[in-house]
Amino acid sequence: MKKFSRIIFLIILITCFQYNSNAAEKVEYLKTDWSFKGLFGKFDRASLQRGYQVYTEVCSSCHSMKYLSYRNLTEKGGPEFTEAEAKAIAASFEVKDGPNSDGDMFTRPGKLSDKFVMPYDNVKAAQSANGGAYPPDMSVLVKARGGGVDYIYSLLQGYEDPPIGITLDDGVYYNKFMYGNKIKMANQLSDGLVEYSDGTNATVEQMSKDVTTFLMWAAEPHLEARHKMGFKAIVYLIILTTLVYFSMKRIWSRVKTEV
Amino acid sequence: MAEKKTNRRDFLFTATYAVGAVGAGAVVWPMIDQMNPDASVKALASTEVDVSSVGPGKTITVLWRGKPVFIRRRTDKEIEEARSVKLEDLKHPEKDEDRAQNPEWLVMLGVCTHLGCVPLDQKGDYNGWFCPCHGSHYDTSGRIRKGPAPTNMEIPKYEFVNANTIKIG
Amino acid sequence: MSDHEYNPKSKFGKWFNDRLPLLTLANHLTDYPTPKNLNYWWTFGGILTFCLITQIVTGLVLAMHYIAHADMAFDSVEHIMRDVNYGWLIRYIHANGASMFFLAVYIHIFRSLFYGSYKAPREIIWIIGIIIYLLMMAAAFMGYVLPWGQMSFWGATVITNLFSAIPLVGEGIVTWLWGGYSVDNPTLTRFFTLHYLIPFLILGLVVLHIWALHVPGNNNPVGIDIKKPSKDTVPFHPYIVIKDGFALLMFMIVFAFFVFYTPNILGHADNYIEADPLVTPAHIVPEWYLLPFYAILRSVPDKLLGVIAMLSAIFILAALPWLDTSKIRSAVFRPLYRQFYWILVADVLILGYVGAMPAEGLYLLIARVATAYYFLHFLVILPVLGFKEKTLPLPISITEPVLGGSPNLAAAKNREGLKE
Repeated sequence: MKKFSRIIFLIILITCFQYNSNAAEKVEYLKTDWSFKGLFGKFDRASLQRGYQVYTEVCSSCHSMKYLSYRNLTEKGGPEFTEAEAKAIAASFEVKDGPNSDGDMFTRPGKLSDKFVMPYDNVKAAQSANGGAYPPDMSVLVKARGGGVDYIYSLLQGYEDPPIGITLDDGVYYNKFMYGNKIKMANQLSDGLVEYSDGTNATVEQMSKDVTTFLMWAAEPHLEARHKMGFKAIVYLIILTTLVYFSMKRIWSRVKTEV
Repeated sequence: MAEKKTNRRDFLFTATYAVGAVGAGAVVWPMIDQMNPDASVKALASTEVDVSSVGPGKTITVLWRGKPVFIRRRTDKEIEEARSVKLEDLKHPEKDEDRAQNPEWLVMLGVCTHLGCVPLDQKGDYNGWFCPCHGSHYDTSGRIRKGPAPTNMEIPKYEFVNANTIKIG
Repeated sequence: MSDHEYNPKSKFGKWFNDRLPLLTLANHLTDYPTPKNLNYWWTFGGILTFCLITQIVTGLVLAMHYIAHADMAFDSVEHIMRDVNYGWLIRYIHANGASMFFLAVYIHIFRSLFYGSYKAPREIIWIIGIIIYLLMMAAAFMGYVLPWGQMSFWGATVITNLFSAIPLVGEGIVTWLWGGYSVDNPTLTRFFTLHYLIPFLILGLVVLHIWALHVPGNNNPVGIDIKKPSKDTVPFHPYIVIKDGFALLMFMIVFAFFVFYTPNILGHADNYIEADPLVTPAHIVPEWYLLPFYAILRSVPDKLLGVIAMLSAIFILAALPWLDTSKIRSAVFRPLYRQFYWILVADVLILGYVGAMPAEGLYLLIARVATAYYFLHFLVILPVLGFKEKTLPLPISITEPVLGGSPNLAAAKNREGLKE
């Protein structure tokens, strides 16, 4: 009994900590149902494709995605564009290549093996074009923010007029989900900003969800494979553990003691 | 009764070992497969080459999968030489027609089949290539004629995308 | 050590064994007499061996793809995560494996504290263990620097700056550690080299740890010596092997859950931002397994004294066999020590918690009280307790409580009560 009371005491202690540390983050993020959460979570293919569209038409003019290649768009577990579609997407970008035999750099249409074209040549150029703030690379952005997808999803919809008493400098905007509430990115999304080819109504909420889903995939391209393998691995381990448990009982039955 | 018990015990242990072995194998595979070419290397497996500036009797060398590929625009004399050889005279009999889709263009991996050196262009006893490492002579079709190399230089998979562009791989 | 000489059956076996007694060693390991009353807390030695081997194997594999260069380290980690075949799996196993390693080592250490495994004649085993633990912390810290994210960079900056607390030569030592005037490429490459080296040092020490263990043999939950090996022990194989195997599999299920379903929960989001020497993250927090020591460091207002306090918190453990004056090993027979033991566990958990919180206000106060208590436990309570405590009577042999069904007397009594 004493043992149990101790364990319960520990559990209470730990949950208190847990509760406290959660309470420290005061902001409640907006919630939506993410298809990729959970043991069998998978990406919503159509949402990923729409998300890519939002990224290209809206975000990509400032935000790079330097770890992604056009070939990734065809890969299993991603937006799964057909190879022809991805080739067409890649070819629609001008890629800097070279030097050629004359020693000059030149541009050519993109290929599947090319990385996503960057909006700026370097960080300094990005800063100078954005009032000193560097629009962060989006490849692993979801994993680089404490709130993850919920944070990004909320941030995109979190623009408000500043409360009375708060004055904002030029080029600074008020966002209720941003750390410190001041953000240098203006509100980008408005209803009907993009035209989805699959007929989905492009509300701000829908676009936020789609582009966040796309960013999640960009940060974790092997998420589906991971979930699938994880399920198999754990089922396998449970089977083996059961077998080993009974083997152990058998072996220990030779000595007069309990395991 | 006692015998039955033994059997069941044996089955339990055998099953445990077998299931354990399967798991061990499954864990080993990723550790081995990680050394295979990764996705970014595989993506570069084909390359397109513009050959419009290569004149007759000239060779360009391009890098494909980390190896040199010789693209030679052969002269009529060279084609004639390559096609007139009798197959019996060859160490590794292959028709020139099978090696060059378009007789004017010879596209081959510039790697000696002996031990992997890069042969020199327009050298050797057969006006083709000569490998300086161990003295293998290749003819104008890149076939081994003399020396230690066992086979002809390899022809990669390639195609003419248009008259001036060759896609290797 | 088994007292009987081992004689290989085959002629070749005998010829080989006379020249290199590997078969004798293998025989010793399989026949090694182990107390039959060991409980599941004793399975963590085997689990830790598994953790070490897993870290070494996955680490070797990662080193084949990782590039130790300030400009390329972050990129190469992303390359592993995206392009290398199963790279994501191997990296997540390695990253979460570090946490699982520490989880297991803490259970192992606290098991030792509860059952008095550090007492005579096992002091050397204990001290080697403490050295292994120190090396583990060094390896984990340097490993965390390698991805070259924001936490890597600033963690490295903060921890190396601890050395600047040393009077006179401190600044020089820090510059020497960095190989420059800040954490930069030379720091990264040397950390990579050392991170690669340390696991093999640990492996060597583990061999010594086990060697030293096999001289007196295992302690056990009752904490008394083996009286009759034939009655009180079982051969290591198959009894302990299968039991360790079962516990290891349970452990692996937890491990797999982290790797496959929440691979980043134990890490910090900021480490997915590439290192930037111009911007410090809002909260610098070490990995969870270093938090208690971090709390001790911050609870002392003086820089040098803080560092001394933190190091003492670890080194004091090495003196434990002499600080604990009680002759009774197991806490099962030490009712008072048992209470203080659980207070210490809570104290360390509290230190871990405040280590993750900002060092201000109430948190700082709690950290100070908890730090003071930590030292009080080892320096005052333990020595005094050995003289003052009224211990329970020990059983004659370990078989006695074992036959009762459980090594824990209280539980055994409960059981008897139920029977009546």
